[in-house]
Amino acid sequence: MSRTLFEKVWDLHAVRRLPNGQTQLYVGLHLVHEVTSPQAFEALHQRGWPVRAPGRTFATLDHIMPTRLEPRPFGDAMAETMATTLERNCREHGITLFDRASGAQGIVHVIGPELGLTQPGMTIACGDSHTSTHGAFGALAFGIGTSQVRDVLASQTLAMSPLKVRRIEVTGTLARGVYAKDLILAVIGRLGVHGGVGYAYEYAGDTIARLSMDERMTICNMSIEGGARMGYVNPDATTFDYLRGRRFAPGSAPGDAIDAAAFERACRWWRDVASDPEAPYDDEVRIAADAIAPMVTWGINPGQSVAVDDRLPRPAAAPDAGGVAEALEFMGFDAGQAIAGTPIDVAFIGSCTNARVSDLREAARIVAGHRVAGRVRALVVPGSQAVAAAAAREGLDDVFRTAGFDWREAGCSMCLAMNQDRLEGREVCASTSNRNFKGRQGSPTGRTLLMSPAMVAAAAIAGEIVDVRTWPTTP
Amino acid sequence: MPSSHIDHIHGRVVVLRGDDMDTDRIIPARFLRAVTFAGLEAHVFEDDRRALAARGERHPFDDPARRGARVLFAGANFGCGSSREHAPQALARWGIAAIVAASFAEIFQGNALMIGLPCVSVAPADLARLMSRADADASLEGLVDLATSRVACGGVVAAAEMPDAARVALTTGAWDSTGALLEASDAIARTTARLPYLNGF
Repeated sequence: MSRTLFEKVWDLHAVRRLPNGQTQLYVGLHLVHEVTSPQAFEALHQRGWPVRAPGRTFATLDHIMPTRLEPRPFGDAMAETMATTLERNCREHGITLFDRASGAQGIVHVIGPELGLTQPGMTIACGDSHTSTHGAFGALAFGIGTSQVRDVLASQTLAMSPLKVRRIEVTGTLARGVYAKDLILAVIGRLGVHGGVGYAYEYAGDTIARLSMDERMTICNMSIEGGARMGYVNPDATTFDYLRGRRFAPGSAPGDAIDAAAFERACRWWRDVASDPEAPYDDEVRIAADAIAPMVTWGINPGQSVAVDDRLPRPAAAPDAGGVAEALEFMGFDAGQAIAGTPIDVAFIGSCTNARVSDLREAARIVAGHRVAGRVRALVVPGSQAVAAAAAREGLDDVFRTAGFDWREAGCSMCLAMNQDRLEGREVCASTSNRNFKGRQGSPTGRTLLMSPAMVAAAAIAGEIVDVRTWPTTP
Repeated sequence: MPSSHIDHIHGRVVVLRGDDMDTDRIIPARFLRAVTFAGLEAHVFEDDRRALAARGERHPFDDPARRGARVLFAGANFGCGSSREHAPQALARWGIAAIVAASFAEIFQGNALMIGLPCVSVAPADLARLMSRADADASLEGLVDLATSRVACGGVVAAAEMPDAARVALTTGAWDSTGALLEASDAIARTTARLPYLNGF
């Protein structure tokens, strides 16, 4: 019987049917961070439950991490409390914690793949909605709340209902200056911010097949902004090449050569996990990649976006007139105005969406030889210590610093401003992150424009939104 | 926090108009800087409330006549965005015991179930009528009846939808899930044993 990847992985991990009709689903990999875990561990302690599978549980510190190097205890007392709480919980339960001392700390959805923890055919859960990122590897990866974190810690399972599957077939070639970020913004713009509720999105088609793992991660990362709790790409040679030799990948052993036979055994199973050619889908959508332009969100949800050379909608002409009117008013924009030329105050390159080396490399290409506009404060927050180190080996940090960017330590930073990095007042931020909700970046009246790293880089230099397709770069 | 079997909730109503009410607005991220859920109720919709107050307007959650309301009426895609359980926690701790909306974001609805906070959907036309009745009279009680899948307020009665699994979980007390999951210890072990990536492929 032909099955989708979703059905294969779901069936494999289904422990049993629960009395209420849900599935008790085994979680193959549980990723943990400091914001959504303290209450979960406390619930375990109160009931005397141990962590069932500490060997399948990996933690890091990301949301509250200061992005400037400072010794412990942190000057931010609550950050210190949350860090020590996670450190203590991991120590007590034998859970591996990738802290700064490990050299492998970073945003949880950046380090999982880097370390080879994220693999095809797994179920992956984490108390963070952008867990969908890991679906890029052909895993069923989804965000959970703190009570579900408790359930996974205690039982390595949780109660879930299966999703329908919508196949999103993308064909054609992304134009120069158009990136994975633009593609996913275009998908969300077309299907809506709640179009995916109840669905997992399978991204397929020749365009997707040609994307790197970093690009696939950008796309899967923002599935949740379209309402889809999970998004995935079928595993293929690109996936296997990425994983080969990574620390926790099959066949890897510290200091030794890769056990090629073990890795090949894994690849054979991984290939079989992909959706069967005749698999039935609940819905199918086709997207033409060639038609996509650099995208910019102008409003207060990720679905409110336009092409950089397009104009903002008018409420009267919009299906959601009230929502458009509210967004225009909050953002201080006029109906029908152009988005290009909008001045920016802050440029933020970071977040689990777009802070991997390839993102930084592309932004650096735009920035090289230029200076950040006088009015703009610009920062680059690498997604992990490993990303920062790789970027430094390529000299990217110098490119950014020379141009006038602040080069920071890894963490979630200004994506959601749980540390000291935040907007002030009505500042407008060109951001590579994933959400533009009111107040998202730390100021209740701050304004977020989401776009690709190249577009943020160009805006930082120009001091305003510009079309990166017309940006002069040396090849 | 609610007792185990949840099949009907009644109480006064607070109405929140507008769709896509995201969890950053329900509870801004700075209030997630904590190791417990204590005190979240003081900060529910904090930035929206302050913004309206600054304009001389009043957010429904600041209306003294709505204090003590147990039922929330809201728009489409309620609770979209972040998976923070702090969002339903803040609402529940403020006093909300049931939410009636045009639709819910999936993670929010699941998180609410986990803490015994029922989320039911009604058709947009019914929601408009319910909101209108509740807006007009703060003393009116709303009833959310999971057993008969209905919502009622001020003479308006509407069919309410909720995933079957959620309704069963709430009405049988199984929503407090960890104990039930732990009962399947042997089955969990068997699942672990058949996963190729845990057993050298």
